[in-house]
Amino acid sequence: MKRRVDMRVLLGTYGVVVALVLLVAFGWWRYENFLGMFNVMSVLRYNSMFALVALGMCFVIMTGGIDLSVGSTAALGSVAAALGSHYGIIPGIVGGVGAGLLVGTVNGTLVTRLNIMPFIATLATMLAASGAALLLANNQSVSISYETGFMNLGQGNIWILPIPAVIAALAYVAGSVILNFTSAGRTVLAIGGNEDATNMMGLRTERIKFLTYLASGSLAGLAGVILAAQFGAGQPIEGVGWELFAIAAVVVGGTLLTGGMGSVGTTLAGVLLLGILFNMLNFENGMGWISLSAYWQSVIRGGFLLVVVIIQARLMSKEAKHVTS
Amino acid sequence: MADTPLLSMSRVEKRFAGIPALSGASLEILPGEVHALIGQNGAGKSTMIKVLTGYHRRDGGTVTFAGEPFEVHSPHQAQASGISTIYQEINLVPLRSVTENICLGREQRRFGLLDWNAMHREAERLLSTFGIRIDVRRPLMDFNTATQQMVAIARAIGFSARLVIMDEPTSSLDDKEVAVLFRVIRQLKADGVSVIFVSHKLDELYEVCDRVTIMRDGKTVRVADMDKIDKLDLVSAMLGRDVGRSDGHATAFAERQRSAGEIVLQAQNLAAGHAVRDVSFAVKRGEIVGFAGLLGAGRTETARVLFGIDRAQAGSIRMEGQAYDPKSPKDAIGAGLGFVTEDRKLEGIVPELSVAENLTLALFPRISRRGIISERQQRELVESFIKQLGIKCSGPGQKIRELSGGNQQKVLLARWLATHPRLLILDEPTRGIDVGAKGEIQRLIRSLADQGLAVLMISSELEEIVEGADRVFVLREGRTVAELDGEAITEAGVLDAMAHGHSHQIEQVAS
Repeated sequence: MKRRVDMRVLLGTYGVVVALVLLVAFGWWRYENFLGMFNVMSVLRYNSMFALVALGMCFVIMTGGIDLSVGSTAALGSVAAALGSHYGIIPGIVGGVGAGLLVGTVNGTLVTRLNIMPFIATLATMLAASGAALLLANNQSVSISYETGFMNLGQGNIWILPIPAVIAALAYVAGSVILNFTSAGRTVLAIGGNEDATNMMGLRTERIKFLTYLASGSLAGLAGVILAAQFGAGQPIEGVGWELFAIAAVVVGGTLLTGGMGSVGTTLAGVLLLGILFNMLNFENGMGWISLSAYWQSVIRGGFLLVVVIIQARLMSKEAKHVTS
Repeated sequence: MADTPLLSMSRVEKRFAGIPALSGASLEILPGEVHALIGQNGAGKSTMIKVLTGYHRRDGGTVTFAGEPFEVHSPHQAQASGISTIYQEINLVPLRSVTENICLGREQRRFGLLDWNAMHREAERLLSTFGIRIDVRRPLMDFNTATQQMVAIARAIGFSARLVIMDEPTSSLDDKEVAVLFRVIRQLKADGVSVIFVSHKLDELYEVCDRVTIMRDGKTVRVADMDKIDKLDLVSAMLGRDVGRSDGHATAFAERQRSAGEIVLQAQNLAAGHAVRDVSFAVKRGEIVGFAGLLGAGRTETARVLFGIDRAQAGSIRMEGQAYDPKSPKDAIGAGLGFVTEDRKLEGIVPELSVAENLTLALFPRISRRGIISERQQRELVESFIKQLGIKCSGPGQKIRELSGGNQQKVLLARWLATHPRLLILDEPTRGIDVGAKGEIQRLIRSLADQGLAVLMISSELEEIVEGADRVFVLREGRTVAELDGEAITEAGVLDAMAHGHSHQIEQVAS
């Protein structure tokens, strides 16, 4: 068998990394202070919430599922965290993550026990979580406690590194180890590749799928904790469109939307890529030559997503031909 | 061989939506034996296996394994109890690496994390017992079907099971690979592992199996030692026919009215894939040609080649004297062929559409002008067919899913007849249709042939072949092994050819 350079690995997996490097190089060349300490750290700080949500989404998508509830879950988590923050840092974290676990448990139960399609199940919990957040917050922002040090979770630093970025980085390291070096992680990919076969192979598909929704929910709850700490308040109406940002980041990161193939590291690259696009738009406006409205960021992100999906589709159909020949 | 069986399933019952798939079936496997499980399509073999592996829950009966009552509710539990299964359709994950496909479920760990190096070595070691050396890190889909099948087998035996179930493991293997597989089976047997071997290739059964269980209609009809049962007995038991018995008229096929005309379609030495190796036959105007053979003999696959769904790799076809090499069903329809497939629900009807729409789907280009369908034309056409074929429905507007199986089949027939074919291929035209409607369909097929249509009929029902066909070609393992004509078409003759690959009562296949 002749050894072929695997285009899937090169483009599907590392294409996003190459694009990220090129984008950063372009920003460094064009904008003063783009790679300055302040800008880099604030990009990392702001995007760590999205990174956490995208990490959970990545696992769900790798099983062939989807979790539309992550945005509302983060909003609900931020409210619960803000309420909990008055009792200390730990109760704040427990409140946010606990709210996420609750939504994740409902999602997992709906999908694995009641066999409801993930799209529908998580659409329902998305609405429910959003309503619950508003109820819990009495339809307004809920201030966090500034005495318990809770705000450091969003605004503090360890050495020069923003704490939320450190949390996200740890989560990604853990996620990568789980995906690559545990049987649960490999089973996630096997389920997405062929769920029926994985079941027939004697693997516990239901349990693993349940766990991915649980992980997605709790990571969204954790993102809510950081949201509350960063903005000083629980935000029941935040999180709108986060699920779409997360899906976009996962897909730009080369994970197949149908499941079965994906990577944690390139999902992070996908988050950064989309985050930096937004950052560059601000610089562009700051230079004052052209004035691009914030709406343009959505157009540009959408364009990126399309390019990636088209490349994926082409690579996959090439593979299919290779197999049948 | 020890006397206490390793596995004993008795009086097993299983119903799907009230319809029995297994009724009082039994199966007994001794330690270290290779046991053949055979039967026609729908006899219940696969259901039996899936009940055993916990994929289906049984409705009744007892199962004991290794002396203990055996209750499993998932393939996971079955595997943990020592039963490994290789399913008929390769059940692996194409996107994932060969190693993962072999090792998932019994990973090797180091410090609690997966030890990839050890797993790759294990996968390589298992495959090397089949003489296969491949890069186990690559996705499974990079390899051909035979290799994938070997990976499935490697996975199953890697679990150090006490019972390995192989459901038609050889259907995608060539002769050399089959020989390797048999070596592995004998090795398993020598190690005291029992094997359940499902196959339709009789020669294979005799080569590798010790005993055989024959199933029919959800029941176990016979258990025998392989060396005490001959092929003819095997086939008769499967089909439920007594070789010596002569039958009265069991079907509604009448004698043909007129003699056959000129040759419409002639195929010579067709080959495609593993299923079709060397098939030759001819169909004449006004005659019904029957394709007989066991499951997996290559009958449906041959029809698929004729209809342009699969491409022939060798051989030639002539349609009405012209060279004919269809690249798509569109080519085939253009050349005057129609194909009523085996599975109505899957490939034929659109359940939510009306009788009229289902009937005229293929005709839309002809009865529409600038994309607008002429309702008058559609209604006239549909009403004439409803009358002509005796389709029982409240009217052309009734949804087809509300019709009985027999009437659905008539709508499908009408759909093809409306395209004015010269050759109609019918794959199991009366399967799943109740007895009364069966007769109607059979009379209809005869009258179509009498009107000059050439009919190629694939059927697993012996009566249908013997009484319905004017000429019969018997296929066996992808080859036409016999042609029977007129008086020579008897149950004994067809059975004999199916079992042995030749018949004493016939001349050689016309060339």
